[in-house]
Amino acid sequence: MTDAALPSTAQTAGAAILADDGIPLKQKLARTTRQLKWRAFLLTLPLVLFLIVSFVLPIGQMLFRSVHNPTAGKVLPNFTVSIQNWDEQGLPDEAVFEGFVKDIQDAAQKREIGRTVGNLATRINYEIPGTRSLFTSSARKLKRVKEGPYKEALLKTNKKWDNPAIWRALKRATRDFTPAFYLAAVDRKYDDEGRIVQAEELYQIYIGNFGKTLWLSTIITFCCFLLAFPVSYLLSVLPLRTSNLLMILVLLPFWTSLLVRTTAWIAILQTEGIINDILVFIGLVADDGRIQMIYNRTGTVISMVHILLPFMILPLYSVMKTIPPSYMRAARSLGANPFTAFRRVYFPQTLPGIAAGTLLVFILSIGFYITPALVGGEDGILISNLIAYHIQKSLNWSLGAALGAILLVAVLVLYWIYNKLVGIERLSFG
Amino acid sequence: MDAITKRLKKPRNLIFLVALLLVLVITGSVPVAIGFAFLFGTPLVFMNELPPYASSLERIWQYTYLTMCTFIFTFLITPILVIVPLSFNAEPYFTFTEGMMSLSSDAFSLRWYKDIFFNGMAAPNAIEGWWADMWNNAQWIRATRNSFFIAICSTFLATSLGTLAALGLSRPEMPFRRLITSMLISPMIVPLVIMATGMFFFYSDIGLAKTYLGIILAHTTLGVPFVIITVTATLTGFDRSLIRASQGMGADGWTTFRRVIMPLILPGMISGALFAFITSLDEVVAVIFIADVEQRTIPRQMFSGIREQISPTILAVATVLVALSILLLTAVELLRRRSERLRGMAPS
Repeated sequence: MTDAALPSTAQTAGAAILADDGIPLKQKLARTTRQLKWRAFLLTLPLVLFLIVSFVLPIGQMLFRSVHNPTAGKVLPNFTVSIQNWDEQGLPDEAVFEGFVKDIQDAAQKREIGRTVGNLATRINYEIPGTRSLFTSSARKLKRVKEGPYKEALLKTNKKWDNPAIWRALKRATRDFTPAFYLAAVDRKYDDEGRIVQAEELYQIYIGNFGKTLWLSTIITFCCFLLAFPVSYLLSVLPLRTSNLLMILVLLPFWTSLLVRTTAWIAILQTEGIINDILVFIGLVADDGRIQMIYNRTGTVISMVHILLPFMILPLYSVMKTIPPSYMRAARSLGANPFTAFRRVYFPQTLPGIAAGTLLVFILSIGFYITPALVGGEDGILISNLIAYHIQKSLNWSLGAALGAILLVAVLVLYWIYNKLVGIERLSFG
Repeated sequence: MDAITKRLKKPRNLIFLVALLLVLVITGSVPVAIGFAFLFGTPLVFMNELPPYASSLERIWQYTYLTMCTFIFTFLITPILVIVPLSFNAEPYFTFTEGMMSLSSDAFSLRWYKDIFFNGMAAPNAIEGWWADMWNNAQWIRATRNSFFIAICSTFLATSLGTLAALGLSRPEMPFRRLITSMLISPMIVPLVIMATGMFFFYSDIGLAKTYLGIILAHTTLGVPFVIITVTATLTGFDRSLIRASQGMGADGWTTFRRVIMPLILPGMISGALFAFITSLDEVVAVIFIADVEQRTIPRQMFSGIREQISPTILAVATVLVALSILLLTAVELLRRRSERLRGMAPS
């Protein structure tokens, strides 16, 4: 304390303390502290830079993709300029049609990915489902059209071009930045007039799937908690030698490959699997009435509970180990019955561990992909599987990115809560 | 003899024996009875913890509780144990055949383990050049080579970058510690699909998709959080005056690191490296998105195996992987104890 007080008394005396080289000590200290800060920061810098390139930028680019889709602008450069003056009433004028037909004719020559008529058709198909063939067939017929009037020529290829809704959708699509994919990700869309409305029932899949993901994650987290609590308590009260042995039963699954465990659950749960065999053998189930426990929600929940259980047990155990058993004894001797002693004395002390475990399990389960993909069937898939579907199969990358962005925000919020409640530095394994 | 009769006099043991007999009579099957004896008998062994004055209600509760725990532990470990005998199945099924239940030797075979080595070879029965054929063509061998190459490279990168960063993070002067730590840990938290998707697009743009380097970078990113966590854990309680002592005796920064810091944090570094290694070895989502057929890894091969043509070869591979994880787990456990000893903490 006297050290800290020293400079201030010196300053009140009017002269700052100088170091050997004549620089005020305070200034020198500030410089050294700054240097030390920089040195500490420089040590982390390589990894920070590495992660920015390998992790932050890729995710950032993906998020950008969710609002940025320049397909229409790329395929229809002339049309993009001329359509902007259209008042969205009736059909656009001849000049707009000319630009459109010429752009389509140009695009029909190209094979470059992202600039073909097919790409444009897919893009507009997201806005108005069922219009894909309109574009591709008209593009084929338009090849022969050499001169105007282009409006008539286009209408001759297909009557559907008469519909102003298509032109409004085209105009919307020419904007490079669009919230359309976020709307689609929450089952909304633009109607013919450009208002935001609910999508048709057939296309309402995403809100439901987000809900299902949250619901299944909640069930999984809750099951993990129910199973982890008694086991962690047992581990924390047993003598170390025994509990270390039993800990192997927790750590071995933790260290075993995810795919190995998922495979094992297929072997156990399938209709010809071990559980069904045992049930048939005992006579609880008829041989032709075997229970379907996999390739549905049940399969997803059971195998994910097994996979995530160690993530609940380890934090709970590490908190319970620090709770002195004498507290429970004190409560009992003060007249509490075992249940009251547990509820009022023991349980509140485990709350940090419960918070850490449940948050971790919940965060991990809402982003799970592999296990639902393998054992989830149609019904047991989560939002991650839909994202992967859009990225790999349907190739609606912007929609996949928008779904991913929503999931990412949810996870980051939970991560932030975790950080506030538990603190990331408390995370440890084994 | 005395001890046995004494035990039998306890009502709970008697009840257990009666129940066991009933199960045996009703189902008429020895395996079921063994299962019953294991699940409901194990708790009895651990029943002696209670003080003699405990009421019978408490005893019943204690027994119920221990039975519950036995069930949960069984739930945890059964899936891993079950695949081992299944992988020796002589039939191409995922279930225990009747022959296996009666332990007849015909029902067991090593054919799926042979399949690991021979599947995909151009000429499995050739006498000459079979070694090169296997090395280059057998699917699982190639997957193993890829997996280990990728895992070793990314472990090396993750460990060096992660240790360096952990050293910085554990310095008391570190600015924005919380923010930077949360950023460095976040690859563990962010859903793999999102990460893999982002990487797929980004790496495609810069020509890293479908290359080994791309996957190594992805796996390094995934392994870094584990290294940070384990090394930071070893550095808490690290006596910083050792560094000053070393500097006071004239050592430069590098010598201090090599001769003073490194030996103390080495156990943490190695267990972080092992974590990073197993993470890379087990990772499949990034591989699905970024890699090509050329870079197929073991889990990728398993993933398509489970999806397309499920065969017990996968179980044989799984058994090998379980053996590997037992090995790694033992290593980590030994390292943890060594680290605790080194840092003068109570051995556990």
